[in-house]
Amino acid sequence: MSPRRGGGRGPEMVPPAQPRSYYGLPVIATPVWKPEVPWYFFAGGMAGAAAPLAAAARAAGNVPLARRASAIALAGTVVSPVLLIADLGRPERFHHMLRVFKPSSPMNVGSWVLSAFGATSSLSAGWQLFGLVPRAVGAPAAAGAGVLGPVLSTYTAVLIANTAVPVWHEARRELPFVFAGSSLASAGGACVALTPPAHAAPARVMAVAGALTELAADLRMERRLDPVLRRSYASGAPRALHLAARACAVGGAGLVAGLGGRSRAAAVGGGAALVAAAALQRWAIFRAGIASARDPEQTVAPQRARTAGTNGQLTNHPSG
Amino acid sequence: MTEFELQTTSYGAAARPRVGFFTDTSLCIGCKACEIACKEYNGVPDDGQDFTAMSLDNTKTLDANTWRHVAFVEQRVKLDDLVVEASLPAEVGVHDDPVEGLRWLMASDVCKHCTHAACLEVCPTGALFRTEFGTVVVQEDVCNGCGYCVPACPFGVLDQRKGDGRVWKCTLCYDRLKGDQEPACAKACPTNSIQFGELDDLRAHAARRVAELHERGESSAQLYLADEDNGIGGAGAFFLLLDDPEVYGLPPDPVDTSRDLGQAWRAAGAAAAAMLGVVAGAVAWGSRR
Repeated sequence: MSPRRGGGRGPEMVPPAQPRSYYGLPVIATPVWKPEVPWYFFAGGMAGAAAPLAAAARAAGNVPLARRASAIALAGTVVSPVLLIADLGRPERFHHMLRVFKPSSPMNVGSWVLSAFGATSSLSAGWQLFGLVPRAVGAPAAAGAGVLGPVLSTYTAVLIANTAVPVWHEARRELPFVFAGSSLASAGGACVALTPPAHAAPARVMAVAGALTELAADLRMERRLDPVLRRSYASGAPRALHLAARACAVGGAGLVAGLGGRSRAAAVGGGAALVAAAALQRWAIFRAGIASARDPEQTVAPQRARTAGTNGQLTNHPSG
Repeated sequence: MTEFELQTTSYGAAARPRVGFFTDTSLCIGCKACEIACKEYNGVPDDGQDFTAMSLDNTKTLDANTWRHVAFVEQRVKLDDLVVEASLPAEVGVHDDPVEGLRWLMASDVCKHCTHAACLEVCPTGALFRTEFGTVVVQEDVCNGCGYCVPACPFGVLDQRKGDGRVWKCTLCYDRLKGDQEPACAKACPTNSIQFGELDDLRAHAARRVAELHERGESSAQLYLADEDNGIGGAGAFFLLLDDPEVYGLPPDPVDTSRDLGQAWRAAGAAAAAMLGVVAGAVAWGSRR
């Protein structure tokens, strides 16, 4: 049997540069979340950004835009619980999420936020789209959904950052901004695509600002990650998804900003590209997390670097 | 222990002294009696028959159906570093290569029952809870299989059981504890490598044991997670290892992810506020004539 990577050193030797591992097996467990989860991050994020646009556009008197934004928020609010429940190992127990209120669990907080968002955005849509709900109820509901929406868009970043997965946990300060920008870009992009250009100016501004935020936060995240962790985005599916997300964001923003006000075709193409960028971005981040969890070096090397300065105190290392 | 006591105060008079495992791997002979006793006693399903061909370890890792896992590490080491060599007569050839020897490290891994348990903190349903013994247990009638605890654990202990959907892990034989019995793995261990008891007693014993080994020249012996000065605030299950933790597949400096939750929420709060600002600005600017 050939020796393992870096295996076999006496206690007196200098620690090897290459972190050691147990036959290359992962240290932490790989997330068991199914594809429903990144799709939820996308759908919930888009709905969360559409809700404040629906409220603000209506307040500004732009009814065509407000109605479309409200429809997007409603669609997201219908699809999201379906995706989340489908991901559960015991879907029939979905309501156990709401048997406690537990601030230490972002998923529990998110379940409450999604419930409240579902109620308010449905009432808002009932007023704006179907005329089934009186304005006295619909308008405050729209405002409520508008405030809850951004929380819905960003808590999912907190959720994945609050794990032992190195590439997620160490990006905890940047991930919420990536999710925020990506949510704005997708909701703005969808509204640009669905709304006549004459009414879509606020959506265009939102879409382009969102894409720029997404790109800036994404670049900042990549730059600040430890080089060992950055590897998660450097090969295979995460790399392809990440590059495609950036290309779609740049292309979509350019198209919307340049031609979106004049050409409906450009608005539809650019808006769709921004929606695609958001989906690709969530998938890139999701798959990078899987790759990071499977790589024992990403778990061990940063921890080793941390303990190096403490004279081995944390592990009571004998040779000190 | 003061910080820990905060977590069991809700039990009032029913709270019991914190118990745990001290796994002294210098005594482990790799017999896997612990793996089997655990499976038998707890009715843990079959994990399949894998042949890893990497060592005598065909279980690989802790998961939903493996709550005790015996690691086998085969290392090439210089004979000079092997304490055993000193006791061998000169004519005994340990290995053909005069400068290289082989050693086996064996270690029985288990859930650490952390003081600051990430799994318990992130669980959205409250299925994971702290028992009156200070251990961490999943309530199988509450867990809905959301899977959040799986990547939250810094040790990769928790796992979703296929075909069942719920998450399972070591209970430190909660039912046996209630009946004043020691956990099945500790009961079955033939060399007393797995020692069960009150945590304070185990820690004192472990300190004596590692000092004794150092005295005997086993300078690589080290305690892992024995004190509270680490990222999980101390473990209910701690270890004496003969090499660095990562060699056994253990993280060298595990951290409860919830320690940094405030940073993530602050960033999300700023990002959410920025979203509202962008929307307000976009509507104001886009609506000007």
